[in-house]
Amino acid sequence: MTKTHVTMTVNGTQVEGLVEPRTLLVHFLRENLQLTGTHIGCETTHCGVCTIDIDGMSAKSCTMFAVQAEGSEITTVEGMANADGTLSALQEGFRQMHGLQCGFCTPGMIMRAHRLLKENPHPTEEEIRFGIAGNLCRCTGYQNIVKAIQYAAAKINGEEFKEAAE
Amino acid sequence: MNDMTITRAEREAKLEGMGCKRKRVEDIRFTQGKGNYVDDVKLPGMLHGDFVRSQYPHARIKSINKDKALKVPGVLAVLTAEDLKGVNLAWMPTLAGDVQMVLADGKVLFQNQEVAFVVATDRYAADDGINAVEVEYEALPVLVDPFHSMDADAPVLREDLAGKTEGAHGLRKHHNHIFEWTVGDKDLTDAAFRKAEVSIKEMISYHRTHPSPLETCQCVCSFDKIKGELTIWGTFQAPHVIRTVVALIAKIPEHKIHVIAPDIGGGFGNKVGAYPGYICAAVASIVTGRPVKWVEDRIENLTSTSFARDYHMTTEIAATREGKVTGLRVHVLADHGAFDACADPSKWPAGFFNIVTGSYDFPTAHLAVDGVYTNKAPGGVAYRCSFRVTEAAYCIERAMDILAQKLGMDPAELRLKNFVRPEQFPYHSALGWEYDSGDYHTAMKKMMETVDYASLRREQAEKREAFKRGETREIMGLGVSFFTEIVGAGPSKNCDILGIAMFDSCEIRLHPTGAGIARVGSKSQGQGHETTWAQIIATEIGIPADDIMVEEGNTDTAPYGLGTYGSRSTPVAGAAIAMAARKIKAKAQMIAAYKLEVHEDDLEFDIDGFRVKGLPERYLSMKDICWAAYNSPPPGMEPGLEAVSYYDPPNMTYPFGAYLCVMDIDVDTGVYKVRRFYALDDCGTRINPMIIEGQVHGGLTEAFAIAMGQEIRYDDAGNVVTGSFMDFFMPTAVETPHWETDFTVTPSPHHPIGAKGVGESPNVGGVPAFSNAVNDAFSFLGSTHIQMPHDFWRNWQAAKSLGVV
Ligand code: FES
Ligand code: FES
Repeated sequence: MTKTHVTMTVNGTQVEGLVEPRTLLVHFLRENLQLTGTHIGCETTHCGVCTIDIDGMSAKSCTMFAVQAEGSEITTVEGMANADGTLSALQEGFRQMHGLQCGFCTPGMIMRAHRLLKENPHPTEEEIRFGIAGNLCRCTGYQNIVKAIQYAAAKINGEEFKEAAE
Repeated sequence: MNDMTITRAEREAKLEGMGCKRKRVEDIRFTQGKGNYVDDVKLPGMLHGDFVRSQYPHARIKSINKDKALKVPGVLAVLTAEDLKGVNLAWMPTLAGDVQMVLADGKVLFQNQEVAFVVATDRYAADDGINAVEVEYEALPVLVDPFHSMDADAPVLREDLAGKTEGAHGLRKHHNHIFEWTVGDKDLTDAAFRKAEVSIKEMISYHRTHPSPLETCQCVCSFDKIKGELTIWGTFQAPHVIRTVVALIAKIPEHKIHVIAPDIGGGFGNKVGAYPGYICAAVASIVTGRPVKWVEDRIENLTSTSFARDYHMTTEIAATREGKVTGLRVHVLADHGAFDACADPSKWPAGFFNIVTGSYDFPTAHLAVDGVYTNKAPGGVAYRCSFRVTEAAYCIERAMDILAQKLGMDPAELRLKNFVRPEQFPYHSALGWEYDSGDYHTAMKKMMETVDYASLRREQAEKREAFKRGETREIMGLGVSFFTEIVGAGPSKNCDILGIAMFDSCEIRLHPTGAGIARVGSKSQGQGHETTWAQIIATEIGIPADDIMVEEGNTDTAPYGLGTYGSRSTPVAGAAIAMAARKIKAKAQMIAAYKLEVHEDDLEFDIDGFRVKGLPERYLSMKDICWAAYNSPPPGMEPGLEAVSYYDPPNMTYPFGAYLCVMDIDVDTGVYKVRRFYALDDCGTRINPMIIEGQVHGGLTEAFAIAMGQEIRYDDAGNVVTGSFMDFFMPTAVETPHWETDFTVTPSPHHPIGAKGVGESPNVGGVPAFSNAVNDAFSFLGSTHIQMPHDFWRNWQAAKSLGVV
């Protein structure tokens, strides 16, 4: 199949590649760019483990073609750590609150939570639960993921995080 | 040498040993997307394999034509059963003693069965190749309902077994019969039923479901022709077993097979079995001389690998009028699909289902299980449970509620009346198990107190009256469940897999500077072993957990172990770790005695080193002992500080728990709301409470999914109608309830650290709690049992059939 040239900015770096028109964005990220933090769990937009941030929106990269991302700005989980390499507030939140087990859903969860907190810096528990409803997790029962996002929100807002009483 | 300014508590805290909520070391890489899962493995020249699958559930294959596919750009090879026959791999042995086609040999037996394997330069080309393979089928009559498997005119599914009256587990009564397994005393049980003042009988079904971890099954196989070595990266819960099985069937010497299970994105039993993809990828690598990757997609995962349950359990309890149980009789019809590929220890055709007497002191019981073939996917796995324990727990917990209803007793009271009493442990069940320890009454009472059970019952009674008066359309259910798990497979005296005994192992090497590595035969799929195993070692030998690296999953470096499933890691591998640590400690004590110039017996271990009894200032830290072990050991002693332990447990462990679910159901819509869910677990000694709590949350969420909607369903023509996350219920954060956790601690008397394992308990105990809540809600309308899964539609159906809508 003839290949198409694509260029985009991923985690702040200009990248390019040759892809078939049918190449999924997630495959472009994982195979061409070796950014394997973005995972594949269903390829049908149901599980959210392939979630990335694209031009200021969350998107599931398994249901976008790489050619559709031409010229766009993409952030993947590899672009989420602080500039000095330490864990960002969200990543730290997941670790502190035990918001992950196998870690397979985690990059997608973090990317979704990242956008959620940008759109709504003070979400309620209910808003968080609705906000991440496109991302499945099989291991954690979500409770600690919600806490992780609350922890990050507090930290980003410069507030003290108080765990809700059980 | 001995800094007296640091308090005992501070020294202990520094170790981050057992009982501490140590943050997980794994998370540093996972939160940055730096995990290394199988699909992240990339090798130069790597090819991709994918399957042509049958759309027919039962059909004869008249021809397969590969010509067009081989002309597709990028396609290098197409394998069929004929090609695999050349290397004797057209069929493979299953874990249950049956055989299974790797690629369809003459006929297909379930929808999406593997028919041909296309190997191409990338997955897109492989997909093009699949579409170009021409297969001609002749449809055959389809058998979907297991209750008709043994009809006289039922279609013959397994022609390869024609005329065979003997199966792997005894006699076959019919051409679609797999085995009959009976346990217990039939005469005594029948007598108990004849004498019974009260009895109940109900057909309780546990529907077919699926573990579906978010990462599907996958592997990369790379055969080095020059060295004759095969390396396999795979999503394996039991890498060593895979290596042995590959050696046995592919006839490659075991030391020339390297199995590596890197990070695994959830297992839940899905990744225990051996699937055709592994065999085909290995053969394809041998044929092409290049590495071959096989990645299952979600539809393939749901429709062709590792279903769970599908047990139809006719259950009877005999009891006195006062509610004392006197006998249990269960007959199970087990739908094992087209090949008996169920993951069970060899001697247990229906796993540990004979734990079905549960937490109750049944004087006698009898169990019979019939396994049958149908045109469904093979490979029943113990999905987040230990070999059919979920089915057993569901069966007895539902039946106890039905008995309570018949007797007009409170279900919690009925349970308290029949529990095995604390003084009866070790307890021998009527169906042959020895429960190690338990205190069921305390757990149940703590649950009832914490949730204020009495007032919940009062509220329910008021609501029922209001419902009868027409003031509300909502009904309330209280789901009580109490379970005893049986985990830690297992003692080699009664457990093996294909003849491989089920011990586990650990090797610890401490380095001169006092840091070390522990390699373990288990394999984490999210359970956090890298964190918790180091905690056990920290407490045992006084080296901080941060200084111990834990490694699993590489058969070249880890000692032989049976892997992680059936909550066996802590009961078996956890014990091996403690025992290896104790060997090290014993040698360390000798070194310390030499250095401190005292007799060994004059030393006591004190958190992070040895101290001379009565002379607290004469002390040697473990770090110093490590240095001495290498650089100045006692004369005649071998240098070094390392140990290996292979632990064959004397018995299983029996964690237990008391759960309560409070649910409201709107009868007009069937919509339910889980108002409250409380889970008390007793898993013995608790290594990392944070991780235990996380495991309980996860297990409860899976239980919730199974009880309230998740099902692998087939239509009458044998089509899977739940092949994607669109129609296979996967709870999101929105519908998942809030979980309350609690605990008691009753250590296992035979486990070196008293730990019992917990990962599967919440699934085992959770499903009956949800189902009992639904059934309890409807019970006052005259219903005794409603089959799972209890989705909105079924709740509404139930309300309709009970005449309230
Ligand atoms: S892989 Fe994209 S949503 Fe599942
Ligand atoms: S941590 Fe395993 S799927 Fe979320």
